[in-house]
Amino acid sequence: MSAQQVLFDAPGPRARRNILIGNIVGVLVVLGILAWVVSALAAKGQLAGSMWAPFLESRTWEFFILPGLLNTLKAAGISIVTSVLFGLVFGVGRLSHSAPIRWFAGLVVEVLRAVPVLLMMIFFWLALGSSGAVQPQDAPLIAVVIALTLYNGSVIAELVRSGVHGLPKGQREAGMAIGLTRNQSLRTIEVPQALIAMLPALISQFVVILKDSALGFIITYPELLQFTRRLGVGEGNVIPSLFVAAAIFIAINFALSSLATRLSTLLSFRTKGRKPAAKGAIAMDAAST
Amino acid sequence: MENYLSLFETYDVPAAFWVNIQLSFWAAIWALAVGTVLALFRISPIPSLQWFGAAYVNIFRNTPLTIILAFGFLGLFSVMQISLASDLNLSLFRIAIVGLALYHAAFVCEAIRSGVNTVPLGQAEAARAIGLSFLPAARLIILPQAFRGAIAPLGNVLIALIKNSTVAAAGSVATESSGLMKTMIEFRSDLVIPIFLTFALGFVILVIPIGLLTTWASRKLAVAR
Repeated sequence: MSAQQVLFDAPGPRARRNILIGNIVGVLVVLGILAWVVSALAAKGQLAGSMWAPFLESRTWEFFILPGLLNTLKAAGISIVTSVLFGLVFGVGRLSHSAPIRWFAGLVVEVLRAVPVLLMMIFFWLALGSSGAVQPQDAPLIAVVIALTLYNGSVIAELVRSGVHGLPKGQREAGMAIGLTRNQSLRTIEVPQALIAMLPALISQFVVILKDSALGFIITYPELLQFTRRLGVGEGNVIPSLFVAAAIFIAINFALSSLATRLSTLLSFRTKGRKPAAKGAIAMDAAST
Repeated sequence: MENYLSLFETYDVPAAFWVNIQLSFWAAIWALAVGTVLALFRISPIPSLQWFGAAYVNIFRNTPLTIILAFGFLGLFSVMQISLASDLNLSLFRIAIVGLALYHAAFVCEAIRSGVNTVPLGQAEAARAIGLSFLPAARLIILPQAFRGAIAPLGNVLIALIKNSTVAAAGSVATESSGLMKTMIEFRSDLVIPIFLTFALGFVILVIPIGLLTTWASRKLAVAR
């Protein structure tokens, strides 16, 4: 049902009056909830100027927020690249002509998607730290990257697979008609098209990676949340600090999500006439942390 | 092997999983309730409610769950001194449930909206033609079909919720499985891989049947069109 307006009629005078009344009640209720939250915060002195003043000082940004943001972006950036690589390898593996490769890739992808990212993160953090294979101070970053890669790479592998399945059959037939082998046609014709069709879903997955990088907080990786918590404890303004950290995450992720939505309308002409596989895929795993 | 088995005498692994299951169960119920109301807001004719639903979804979907749960502990519990039970641990447990529920409600809302999109236009037109206004049409015609169409995405939200219940560690629910795994590895670093595999297997056993069940149910219960 695409046009949701059809749930209710083109409103007549009475319905318009009811909607207006409903609208006013709705606004009052929302404002009431906001006022309640604000007054609760004010009662605990959370809205005092001194609580928010640190965010006007350059040293707060220089020593806390920007270093944290930089570490968040570093972990997320590396993980995005490695996840895409992992996803390509295992996505192509799942489409392989040889059954053992297909099963192996399928098993790996299914199991990694079922294990919580945080468990993998804690495991790699402690295992790497105690094994001495890496410098102790590098263990958190490496654990964050490995855990995010294994999980999100598996999701991307599924995207690659469903993208290739969504392509018209003629693409492979054409590839084989000009003398490519199945694998060549997969690599040079099908996967690149699948990636473009799946671009919106892929970007939504990058949002998941960026959000999940905040799990690094739990394994002492000094990312944005970790730095803002330190700031909050130091300045005694924990709640304002967490609000600022959340606002930064929301701003970046909202920009990425809007890009994904814009791309999916832009790309819709390419997928016209066949099922929009990308649309279902966006919802597929978006609920991850 | 004997070493490994002795772990289960020292540490109560099933109890930790039970905490995750309880967290997931209560959070799922609240998320379903809040998410359904939000979905109703978003498809209602009232602009302020539509706007509220959209704002809620965009804010909660784009905030890391870790921040929400850390906020529950650092903000609500420590600074605002809000407690949901006289017992400290129970209070933290309930605050974690609230955080998990508020976060996943945004995804439930989107799942139900995707279910509404599977209901053909004619259904709403027919509901109007027999004189139903918005709420009766939504309650009797649209939502029952939408829920059946939304089983698969709702199942995905439930799976994510079960896995995400481990993040309650950020809300200082120390008794759940990721916290116990951390403790166990720290004390028995010689058994780090078996310990991890035990917990990983536990989640595979919890999560994969739900995936299979919801896939089966979504096919079985889909409205034939």
